[in-house]
Amino acid sequence: MSQQDKVRPGKVQLTRDDFTSKSEPRWCPGCGDYAILAQMKKILPDMGIPRENIIFVSGIGCSSRFPYYMNTYGVHSIHGRAPTIATGIKLANPDLKVFVITGDGDGLSIGGNHFIHLCRRNVDITVILFNNRIYGLTKGQYSPTSLKGQITKSSPYGSLENPFNPILMALASGATFVARTIDRNPKHMIEVFKRAAMHKGTAFVEVYQNCVIFNDGAFADLTKPDTKSERALYMEQGKPYVFGNNRDKSLRWSSNHFEVVPYDENNPDKELMVHDEHSLNPTLEFGLASLSDDPNFPTPLGIFRDVAVDTYEGLLLKQIEFVKQKKGEGDLEKLFHSGNTFYIENK
Amino acid sequence: MEKKESKTLERVTIRFAGDSGDGMQLTGMRFTNTTALEGHELVTLPDYPAEIRAPAGTLFGVSGFQIQISSSEIHTPGDQPDVLVAMNPAALKVNLKLVSDNGILIINSDAFQGRNLALAGYETNPLEDDSLKRYQVFAVPITTLTRRALEGVKLSVKEKDRSKNFFALGMTFWLFTHPLEPTIEWIKEKFKNRPELVEANIKALNAGYNYALSTELFSTTYRVDKAKKAPGKYRNVTGNEALSIGFITAAKKAHKELFLGSYPITPASEILHELSKYRNYDVKTFQAEDEIAGIGAAIGASYAGALGITTTSGPGVALKSEFLGFAVMAELPLVVTNVQRGGPSTGLPTKTEQADLLQALYGRNGEAPMPIIAAKSPADCFSAALEASKIALMFSTPVFLLTDGYIANGSEPWLIPDVDSIPEIEVHYATDPDTFMPYKRDPKTLARMIALPGTPGFEHHIGGLEKDDTGDVAYDPDNHDRMVRLRAEKIERINQYVDQPEINGDPEGELLLISWGSTYGTVFTAIEEIRKRGKKVSWYHLRWIYPFPLSLEKYIHNFKNVLVPEINLGQLVKVIRDRYLVDAKGFNRVRGLPLNTHELVEAIENILQK
Repeated sequence: MSQQDKVRPGKVQLTRDDFTSKSEPRWCPGCGDYAILAQMKKILPDMGIPRENIIFVSGIGCSSRFPYYMNTYGVHSIHGRAPTIATGIKLANPDLKVFVITGDGDGLSIGGNHFIHLCRRNVDITVILFNNRIYGLTKGQYSPTSLKGQITKSSPYGSLENPFNPILMALASGATFVARTIDRNPKHMIEVFKRAAMHKGTAFVEVYQNCVIFNDGAFADLTKPDTKSERALYMEQGKPYVFGNNRDKSLRWSSNHFEVVPYDENNPDKELMVHDEHSLNPTLEFGLASLSDDPNFPTPLGIFRDVAVDTYEGLLLKQIEFVKQKKGEGDLEKLFHSGNTFYIENK
Repeated sequence: MEKKESKTLERVTIRFAGDSGDGMQLTGMRFTNTTALEGHELVTLPDYPAEIRAPAGTLFGVSGFQIQISSSEIHTPGDQPDVLVAMNPAALKVNLKLVSDNGILIINSDAFQGRNLALAGYETNPLEDDSLKRYQVFAVPITTLTRRALEGVKLSVKEKDRSKNFFALGMTFWLFTHPLEPTIEWIKEKFKNRPELVEANIKALNAGYNYALSTELFSTTYRVDKAKKAPGKYRNVTGNEALSIGFITAAKKAHKELFLGSYPITPASEILHELSKYRNYDVKTFQAEDEIAGIGAAIGASYAGALGITTTSGPGVALKSEFLGFAVMAELPLVVTNVQRGGPSTGLPTKTEQADLLQALYGRNGEAPMPIIAAKSPADCFSAALEASKIALMFSTPVFLLTDGYIANGSEPWLIPDVDSIPEIEVHYATDPDTFMPYKRDPKTLARMIALPGTPGFEHHIGGLEKDDTGDVAYDPDNHDRMVRLRAEKIERINQYVDQPEINGDPEGELLLISWGSTYGTVFTAIEEIRKRGKKVSWYHLRWIYPFPLSLEKYIHNFKNVLVPEINLGQLVKVIRDRYLVDAKGFNRVRGLPLNTHELVEAIENILQK
């Protein structure tokens, strides 16, 4: 350990270097994971959280090597199970800032059950899901987010499966913060990460992440200069849904579906709907999330939902206090002597 | 009627049996509690079907509760009931073959007609033919008498009929000269929100008692003297209760919060129920979405500084296996309780078995040694939980604690220990960030250094990949070989910190019995019987099964025969044969029930006569 490691974080301004571990990342050159790691290191120094209180928990897969590269506490656990360990950590010590790092296979296939239950409970954990729509570490099989028809090692004639939409899953499971960002837009990622990390409750961020080896260009439409304005919709709080090469298109909710309508920046339609991430209206959230990968609509990026709901660990602590007030602080003497007791006298 | 007399018995076995909706478990528990308050030795055996409310009157729907009470030391619920309370024909049919000759049958004659007889497979009414002549039969129209006693109570007939178990209990109390007060108090508390049920149940209880008294139903009443136990204050506990108290105690003694991650499963769920009550003891219970999440959360909590435990039964252990390997690799303290039940697969959820020993020993990928401790009786679950927790924390390792359905649900009096006499559990943490390495070890125990998240300067990573001492991932072949051996050696060293069992009987001779877990009671009783007959047999009961105790080495080669009784097809016996190259034999019954003392005595006699 270097001297620097003994600096008590929180008392001095940390830098991104303070969060760089001595392990060299072993991702492939050009992997989208590097961008995610870099943005995470950028946001943490300004979060006001002591470094020793930060912990990254991951499962198995390329993305799950992440904790080794952060100079914080970290658990590289087993496939799909990071949310379970993270939950235990948070419940045992609610002062810790807990991140779960997962991927589309880890989080939505083998770990799908834990993922939905984490969201439902609203434990204060930030989940970053690297979605590259492929199994990378096992060398290129289709994942639960691979597109139908996708050619992979295990689907040489095309995948027969319908993909999950991770945003829809998170929304339906009750996550209280749900957002999407993309590896090639670091500025956007930083803003989303900051908001997610500050959220109290289960925060879910899907990161579209390019796998250069097994699924290169999966999200190219959203980042290439000639297509990104038409294909990507960056949602902004309180603003209309504007996209298009000339920022000339917007979305309107028409009875039970979205439709694309012309947009004139200088003369915006007063009736045009604006984005409200704090809305408790699931119809619009689900409607927006459903637009992903629809050839007739742009894919939304940004924050779908950000609502304040009691956290699981907050309620647990409240309940402990309540029972203590009602029954008094636990005392072993009392515990032993409760129930059906009786004496055997000396003969 | 003959003149009433009172007989004093040394021990007696009573079995309550009826439909699974007849409240037989409750009746048994009430009888047990009063027996305990009377100061008798007792051991119970709840024996019920997996179906919550099986179709009424069927053979497979019969629920039983057996209790042996005694004025001397006992360790089994008895092989043969001396008294059977049968609420319907099916209960009689299923249980009659167990009852001792000239045993007492208290039968609800109202239920012995028509469809009920047919469902039980009786062609003629056994109360009317002479098929019960070997027994003392007391046929009582319990349903009719209960309804009559409850005239005027504002309940439907169907609801009134539910009180008939209290009528039967009242009669049984009279037969054994037990007081009604503890049950009356219990009824008042239990049904305090339903005054009409308080009234009905108390009336039925009194009516049963008074019926037996005034009709002079039984020619004899029985007394069992107070047990000659060590003086002190006792508490009647089931294994699952004792286990829960043990874990709370361990956490308090280690100055940690207790964290239980668990998923409901028979017969372990009561531990989750019990521990959920103790929020004021800083007990955090977490009912997870599945077995895997249960152990995962416990491991996470343990890493964050709690005493992490998970509770389950065999099928749950199967699901948790990958995480067990992780806990071995990450070297984190954890106690995994397996309340064994009949297997494989869903098997016999409500019945007992000892067939998960090899699963506990070997059921993981890779070289993944885990210490295994087994509780021997309901009250012993307390000390087993305490000891398992202590070793888990001291050696930073997951520990298996094996109990089974029999001792988990069975109960016995527990001599309440003095809280202050229980030693503190010391937990050591790394103190110097400059020299901290997560896999640096204590030279004595080989436990790795622990630093809790939240401690500045000790930031580190753990994980399922092989590591070197620094905590870095390491693929070096020699490092892996060394770490595999270190992890195994660490578990072996536990032997230096736990009591070694001593042999019961001569250190050499004709026959050595070796047992583990809940067969303790049966073996104890069988050996008592053999010795009464003037014969010699020695006995060695294991508490820790892994690491295997060292003291057995001293004795095992001094005996001509080694017999290992188990409720499986021979699991410990395999380990013993492997370890000592002795021709140990098994005594094995896998009926979902505790071993039968008489059968074991016979097996021992057969060996001694050779």
